[in-house]
Amino acid sequence: MSAEGWEPVIGLEVHCELKTATKLFCGCRNAFGDEPNTNVCPVCLGLPGSLPVLNVRAVEFAMRIGAALHCEVRPSLFHRKNYFYPDMPKNYQISQYDAPINVGGWLELPDGSRVGIVRAHLEEDTGKTTHVGGGGRIHDAGYALVDYNRAGVPLVEIVSEPDMRSAAQARLYASELRAILVATEASDGRMEEGSMRVDANVSVRRAGTVELGTRCEIKNMNSLRSLARAIEYEVTRQTGLLEAGDKVAQETRHWDENRGETIALRSKEEAFDYRYFPEPDLVPIAPDPSWVSEVAASLGPMPAARRAKLGALFGPELPTGSRADQIQTVVEHELDGLVTSSVAAGIKPDLALARTANEASAHPDRARVLAPTSYTALLRMEQDGHLNATQTKAVLAEMLERGGEPGEIARRKGFEAIDMDAVADVVRQLVDAHPQEFERYKNGDDKVAGFFVGQAIKATGNRAVGKAVTEELRRLRI
Amino acid sequence: MTGDGGETRPEAPDGPTGPAIDIARRVRAGETSAREVVEHHLGAIDRYDGELHAFVTVLHDAARAEADALDRRVAAGDDPGPLTGVPVALKDNMCTRGVPTTCSSRILDGWLPPYDATVVERLRAAGAVVIGKTNLDEFAMGSSTENSAFGPTRNPYDLDRVPGGSSGGSAAAVAAGLVPVALGSDTGGSIRQPAALCGVVGMKPTYGTVSRYGLVAFASSLDQIGPLTGTVGEAAVLFDAIGGHDPRDSTCLERLPPRSASAVSEGVEDLRIGVVTELLDGVDAAIAARVRQAADALSAAGAKIEECSVPELRLALPAYYLLAPAEASSNLARYDGVRYGLRVDADDVEAMNGATRAAGFGAEVKRRIMLGTYALSAGYYDAYYGQAQKVRTLILDALSAAYQRHDALLGATTPTTAFAIGDKVDDPWSMYLSDLCTVPSNLAGHPGISVPFGCDDAGLPVGVQVLAPALGESVMFQVAAVVEHAAPHMAEPGVLAR
Repeated sequence: MSAEGWEPVIGLEVHCELKTATKLFCGCRNAFGDEPNTNVCPVCLGLPGSLPVLNVRAVEFAMRIGAALHCEVRPSLFHRKNYFYPDMPKNYQISQYDAPINVGGWLELPDGSRVGIVRAHLEEDTGKTTHVGGGGRIHDAGYALVDYNRAGVPLVEIVSEPDMRSAAQARLYASELRAILVATEASDGRMEEGSMRVDANVSVRRAGTVELGTRCEIKNMNSLRSLARAIEYEVTRQTGLLEAGDKVAQETRHWDENRGETIALRSKEEAFDYRYFPEPDLVPIAPDPSWVSEVAASLGPMPAARRAKLGALFGPELPTGSRADQIQTVVEHELDGLVTSSVAAGIKPDLALARTANEASAHPDRARVLAPTSYTALLRMEQDGHLNATQTKAVLAEMLERGGEPGEIARRKGFEAIDMDAVADVVRQLVDAHPQEFERYKNGDDKVAGFFVGQAIKATGNRAVGKAVTEELRRLRI
Repeated sequence: MTGDGGETRPEAPDGPTGPAIDIARRVRAGETSAREVVEHHLGAIDRYDGELHAFVTVLHDAARAEADALDRRVAAGDDPGPLTGVPVALKDNMCTRGVPTTCSSRILDGWLPPYDATVVERLRAAGAVVIGKTNLDEFAMGSSTENSAFGPTRNPYDLDRVPGGSSGGSAAAVAAGLVPVALGSDTGGSIRQPAALCGVVGMKPTYGTVSRYGLVAFASSLDQIGPLTGTVGEAAVLFDAIGGHDPRDSTCLERLPPRSASAVSEGVEDLRIGVVTELLDGVDAAIAARVRQAADALSAAGAKIEECSVPELRLALPAYYLLAPAEASSNLARYDGVRYGLRVDADDVEAMNGATRAAGFGAEVKRRIMLGTYALSAGYYDAYYGQAQKVRTLILDALSAAYQRHDALLGATTPTTAFAIGDKVDDPWSMYLSDLCTVPSNLAGHPGISVPFGCDDAGLPVGVQVLAPALGESVMFQVAAVVEHAAPHMAEPGVLAR
């Protein structure tokens, strides 16, 4: 990704919206997609004389996130961050500054590496501006519409240490953080809806040096893919500048998804002076230690722990390759329960993992409500050779779509396996009909077995089971 | 002072007295109607306010309707509360649903609040009638009510002089008898200073005892709503009515001082009262003499009077003029022409914001926004805002130490009596000095009250200030009532004699 001899240094700032029923400082509904400017009141519109009142649930959610990221929960303060923008009703944002609620944690990536967390603080979201007319961009728009439904929605901003060294690692971090946020039940982590927004601080330095290079802040990536693309672009751009003997200017840059490049927004000299000062309309937050531990104790297992639990089904060493990917998929879709319950009931871990990661995860919402006993029964039918893989997948698809018991569905679909004698007859006929192929098989070309399996399934109207066919073939080879 | 001229006061105050107390008693007893009371005061407003300009909005119809509704309730045997039928004027920085709330600024042109301030709800719940909204220095920034976009209010004692500010409209309205009582807001003395200059009682409660919900913010950590009244007893009754925890204001205290109304008749026997050197230094000799006279009266009533020096109070004014503008610069950022109030169109949104604010704010508001923005700026924060916060802590500590030795403190409310209109408008620092004696209470969050105590040689009212520790309203009212009782007789305001 980067030119030889250069090392990218990446830190991420992630804003996530909390799933509270109401906003951070008023009783308005916190909902995405409602009719514009319907979830508003004097407080979130910043009308003269209105005052904020802190939503305790949001504090609890922030503490959940802090606990999941191994942060220390501290007594904290709100500050005002002052700048003018039409979608910010008060022209200041109530945020946390030098006394954030969560400090000093870490997050473990699936490969076992750790990224440090500087802080995870509470703040309010702004409204949403839509530029209309002209080119639809800020500077050539005819006019702008502002929706204040989002104004005052609670956010937690999670700031990482500059611990990441590649776009891929940054993407992994964002993906893992999203999984953690979902697991805390404090946020739904949807980048496309903007409920999780990622900014990247990127700099480049000579490999082997310690001093950090000049960084740029990259904004406007709305998917994990564009996050990775933007960082890659930026690393290449900065490396190019440095190799040419130029300097990187400290600035904020905007990722343009269509053009696939970052564009300078404002330089350090033009940076806002936010004139932070303690918010006089709110009192300090000092969570009782017993409340802090209560909140931490209420958390379910985090993705890393759940991945470890699934990995342990296969032995002590860290899973790699496609197995690691499958575990990641299962955990991401919160389908670990299907795997562990079926393995506990005697299904081989490989089969349970494969069907869950590859098939069940196609409809995670439905898969999550499957009865574990039905799911196990289906996998047992495959494991015992009563269904082939194709049949199992068809039955599972039906279970996910319309529900029902696997045995009943298999019968209805005519998937009852034919007996071994009938399989043996079919295989013998096929061997007779394809002597050359069988010869190759006898000489050790195992791949030809697949040919016979396919032919057998076809000849039996999809009733023969692959495992039975290969067993019969093996018997004939001797 | 009450406008009853020759009335002699009882030897000792026996519970709260005053015109508002009388009105409520008579309306509740059916001796008069709320409508009659309201008509009387509307008549006074119509007659005198052309000259005084105490009001920016008079609610003729709404006040009559509210009065009629109260009369129906009384007739039906209902008791609407301790302020039944009492007309109240509100400083026009308190939100009133559907009624213009201007802060005496052009920038709020056309804005109608969709809600009532908590204090407005509480006044109505006690049976009061909101009769109008009073003039103020724009966004409560000033000490003379000259910084109003609608023109100055005049002092009822001398129409060429200021009523003080920023609650000058409320003070003048009460002094001239246009209303028996009014509410003001006090950020650095904005209730007490105009009360002193207009010869009425003005009280700033402990920070957090009266909800700020619906008070348009000037400096949030200092602002507090309080009463302007003819008598100390009325101030206590009004404070009892508007105080109390409000879940809509996070800075509102859960714990509240005991009810104040009974304190006015408790006397000052054995109370230790400190006369504060720093609240007499640099004060006009006539005013200092009145404070000494009040101290003597307290001593005669059984209090122990001691001299007391709190040197840190000298630091209060500069600290205040950094902290209050800093908060104001942020509080007033929302007036940008985007959502409500004035909008001056321009090519893009930044230009529109700038044009709107340039046209909508007056000179003093702009001065303070700039001052406050500067005080909070990177590189200056520690030297200005940060340093001022430390001074604030010093003052709080020094006052706490003083209250180890004294139950209450006594001093002047203002360095001068009412000055001439136009005298100080071009000299902000000299104007700011008007708040010299009042800002310490705001920085400390403590209560303070100004009690009228005779006049100077020119016949202009003098205020004596009583200060108490946080939640010390009871002792403050005890002392204030004795001072009031000892006050020299004061002629009625000149405007009424015309």
